[in-house]
Amino acid sequence: MVQLLSTEQMAEFANSGCLFFDGLIDNQTNKEFLNDIGYTDIENVDNMQKYFQNIKASSSIPRIPAGTSLKNAYPHKSPLQKIFKNEVVAGAINSLVGSEAVVDHQFLHLTFPTKYFKKTNQRQMSQVNHQDSTIDPRITFDIQLFYFPTDVTKEMGGTRYHPGTHLRIVNEMGIAKYQNIKGQKNIVCKAGTIGIFHNGLWHGAGVNFSDEIRYMFKVRLQPTEKQELLWDPEKKYKPLPNKALYWTDENQEKTVNDILMQSYPWQEADTNRLDKINTIKFWRMLTGHKNLDIDYWLTRIENELY
Amino acid sequence: MPKRQKVLVLYLKFPSLEAEVISWATFDGTGQKLHMTGDSDEPPYPTGLDALLDGWRLFQSSQAIPEHPGEEFRTSYLKHEFFFEKIEEGDF
Repeated sequence: MVQLLSTEQMAEFANSGCLFFDGLIDNQTNKEFLNDIGYTDIENVDNMQKYFQNIKASSSIPRIPAGTSLKNAYPHKSPLQKIFKNEVVAGAINSLVGSEAVVDHQFLHLTFPTKYFKKTNQRQMSQVNHQDSTIDPRITFDIQLFYFPTDVTKEMGGTRYHPGTHLRIVNEMGIAKYQNIKGQKNIVCKAGTIGIFHNGLWHGAGVNFSDEIRYMFKVRLQPTEKQELLWDPEKKYKPLPNKALYWTDENQEKTVNDILMQSYPWQEADTNRLDKINTIKFWRMLTGHKNLDIDYWLTRIENELY
Repeated sequence: MPKRQKVLVLYLKFPSLEAEVISWATFDGTGQKLHMTGDSDEPPYPTGLDALLDGWRLFQSSQAIPEHPGEEFRTSYLKHEFFFEKIEEGDF
């Protein structure tokens, strides 16, 4: 039985563009995955390119043509099939991209420690901020599942990401000039952690200043059905009524609308309002409530009488 | 003495130098420090004005461009961009 996301988790995803499940995958499966890719103790890894080539040549991760159904993508009882059949992972995937999602691509990211760069006289630099693939103005969205089979410490330079950037339409590395963005986060997590990103989320890999290689396996998934109320098949969700604006004496209990309207420290004063408008439009799509509004942002500008 | 340029790029909360810094990048032509993506969580100055007060010279800022008709609600790159420089002399 899969565990679909809650409305609050969906709102968190709609607003921030990401969800995390810390230490979700058990240690046995993490070990099996590492064995499958030909994990080697760092003492026996001489060369970055060779290690990566060996993994590509000998790993049991299957070659998956783009567009393959996720259901048929991974061998029976393989660690990757176990991960995708995990009730929380399967529930999150079904909630966001449906039960008939297809694999766009997968990639094993390895980030090497400083000694390998010194040995080859290469400059060790972090990966610049970017949005994956290319300009993507769709309403439909893909998700990228990040799996961390080992612990990721702060020194290991875990994936840097910028919550709330996923609905900004940019062109891949066109955001590379933003070296640092207020509110930026770096993934620090236990082995077995799963992260799920909206395909538009700005991100980049950090520098690995530890003595260990950092591993991250990423799979991009694409929906084949409309992404409306997939997490709520019984259609229980009802939008909240309008509230009095700029009225501070209201019930302080945090609502789904509060989650949706959360601001981030990197947002400009003017464009932050557009970010909110775009989140409301995104939530309209996800819930199927075409006239839904929060804080009157859309009703105000849709009241066109001429 | 040879001269080298240091460049500081600040992205501000609104298009005035008194506004809060929300994103930043530094490129050091003296070679003293290698800056890179994700190397600091706190901005070098709280506002653009504080950079001026510390001797940085503004040499370019983004223009105000009206939103394209039909695309008024489309969000994209950070808007309020300010380029500063310092020229340093030394034995590089």
